[in-house]
Amino acid sequence: MKKLAPNRSAYYKISGNGEGFFTVHYQGKLDVRASATIIKELIPEIDSLALTSLTADIDDVSYIDDFGLILLVELKKAVKKKNGSFRIIDTRKIAESILSIKESDIDMPSDTAKPKRTYGVVVRFGETVIKNASNFKILVSFIGSVLFSFYHILRHPGSLRVDDTILCMEKTGANAVPIVALISFLLGLVISFMSSLQLQQFGANIYVASLVAIAMVSELGPIMTAIVVAGRSGSAFAAEIGTMKISEEIDALFVMGFDPTLFLAIPRIVASVIVVPLLTVFSNIFAIAGGLVVGVFILDLTISSYISQTIKVLTLFEVVWGMSKSVIFAILISWVGCLRGFQTRGGADAVGNAATSAVVSGIFLIILFDSMFAVGRSYWR
Amino acid sequence: METKEKVIQVKNLIAKYGDEVILNNISLDVFAGEVFVILGGSGCGKSTLLKHMVGLAVPSSGSVLIDGVDIAGCDTKTLHDILKGIGILFQSSALLGSMTVAENIALPITEYSLMPKNSVDMLVKMKLRLVELDGFENYLPSQLSGGMKKRAGLARALALNPKILFLDEPTAGLDPVISSEIDDLVIQINRKLGTTIVIVTHDLDTIFTVASRIVMLDKNKKGIVAEGDPKIIRDHSSDPSVRQFFKRNSKIADL
Repeated sequence: MKKLAPNRSAYYKISGNGEGFFTVHYQGKLDVRASATIIKELIPEIDSLALTSLTADIDDVSYIDDFGLILLVELKKAVKKKNGSFRIIDTRKIAESILSIKESDIDMPSDTAKPKRTYGVVVRFGETVIKNASNFKILVSFIGSVLFSFYHILRHPGSLRVDDTILCMEKTGANAVPIVALISFLLGLVISFMSSLQLQQFGANIYVASLVAIAMVSELGPIMTAIVVAGRSGSAFAAEIGTMKISEEIDALFVMGFDPTLFLAIPRIVASVIVVPLLTVFSNIFAIAGGLVVGVFILDLTISSYISQTIKVLTLFEVVWGMSKSVIFAILISWVGCLRGFQTRGGADAVGNAATSAVVSGIFLIILFDSMFAVGRSYWR
Repeated sequence: METKEKVIQVKNLIAKYGDEVILNNISLDVFAGEVFVILGGSGCGKSTLLKHMVGLAVPSSGSVLIDGVDIAGCDTKTLHDILKGIGILFQSSALLGSMTVAENIALPITEYSLMPKNSVDMLVKMKLRLVELDGFENYLPSQLSGGMKKRAGLARALALNPKILFLDEPTAGLDPVISSEIDDLVIQINRKLGTTIVIVTHDLDTIFTVASRIVMLDKNKKGIVAEGDPKIIRDHSSDPSVRQFFKRNSKIADL
């Protein structure tokens, strides 16, 4: 039996004496390329042979590395499986000289890599509880740290990093205007169109204006703006601070005597509190404009009647209510974004998780607080 | 060095970042089986030269040839074949943070060879034993110290027993004991597997322990100021910047 492996740097040849004694004779270079292919071909062949003893002859091998060694190990395993005996002919001690490996090393057990330990339900439950408890601790201490920093800012207004705040206002606010305007315009269009289908049946076309105005100003305007800001800026806060955290920049700030919360979180929170209500105003105006387009072109309302109806239904209370909500949302988004950033531990994937988590928690908090406001308002009245 | 086969040829390389010239007209050859050290002070373009040698940066003019193939001009498939024969250890180790040490090392092996799964595990174990990191298979890179990360990075660079091994400041930030262990490892790899090794460093111990040939780059000349045997250069160079480099460092060593 003879086999030559074409297009390869190594060759091998199996010869048997007919009584179960076989010899594998190698030639050439037993390197990465050759060994892997030979393993794939040779092991099934060994399995199919009726053999009692196998000799691997590597005397004519010009080069052998650890991939070649693996080949010998696999061969030995295959032979042992058939209760045969295995021997290596290496008179020039090439394997020994290159690898400082003796034949006894070929006995390396194959399941060397320990499997990752898996734990029972109780342990995992406990682990989760401990993790959440410590996360809660960080959360509470971060609330405290933000409040202290605000107190500090109130007493020493000069310590607010104004440049950072303005830059952050630009990134969070000014740069978000186009997308907020577009989304709100389309939303206004959709609301007025969908409601007109119903209201038209009663000839109550003019109430489309009221519906769009009230819905946007007191509910959807603040929420839509907050969701856009959570997606654009909340994630950015988490990613920025998270990257600083894993590259030890925050530790550096701390050791230089800066309060990381005061230095990084406060400018972002202040900037958000200023720009998110402004964005909400834009959102409301563009949504009303969207409603106006449908009102004028589909419902045959005049521009002036649409606008006067809008002004009539919008009380000062509604406007202030919507604005106050957007201030709260701004605090929540920027706070949770910074928190997730500071909680980042590990490597690149941790930063990704922080950004994701900032958006998810941000949107969750927005909806949670919005429902609380809705319930509170109904009892208050 | 029985044959003087040129594995890497850098021909009239000019490297620029924007309008700023970093390397001006560099030509050098790396021969098979040698340990070639690129040295020079900070900001002299050592790492830039290394980036050009492994195809991470495209020369503004001139060319880099590996095994006679221009790596900036060849097609993607050829480039990939060349890169498979290259191992590199980055200064920051550049281990993938989401994978364990074992997975990092197994990555090139499973990707580029047809080794069955349990053979790969065994190879990983052997590579880790080579860099003396046995038992750390299931650690994440973030759980390792700087020296251990370097060694894990080295194990990954050696995963496919490359023909050429590039090391970017392999001993930077390591204690002298680990540094000399890494130097020993470099010599071992070079002798036993015949790997050509290119090292970027300014560690004098490394240079005198491992280098068979050095080139020294200079920030002001933006080019090579010395080339050849390190001891001869140290003792006989007339270039003031070369003399200062060796003198300054040896003074500190004498203290």
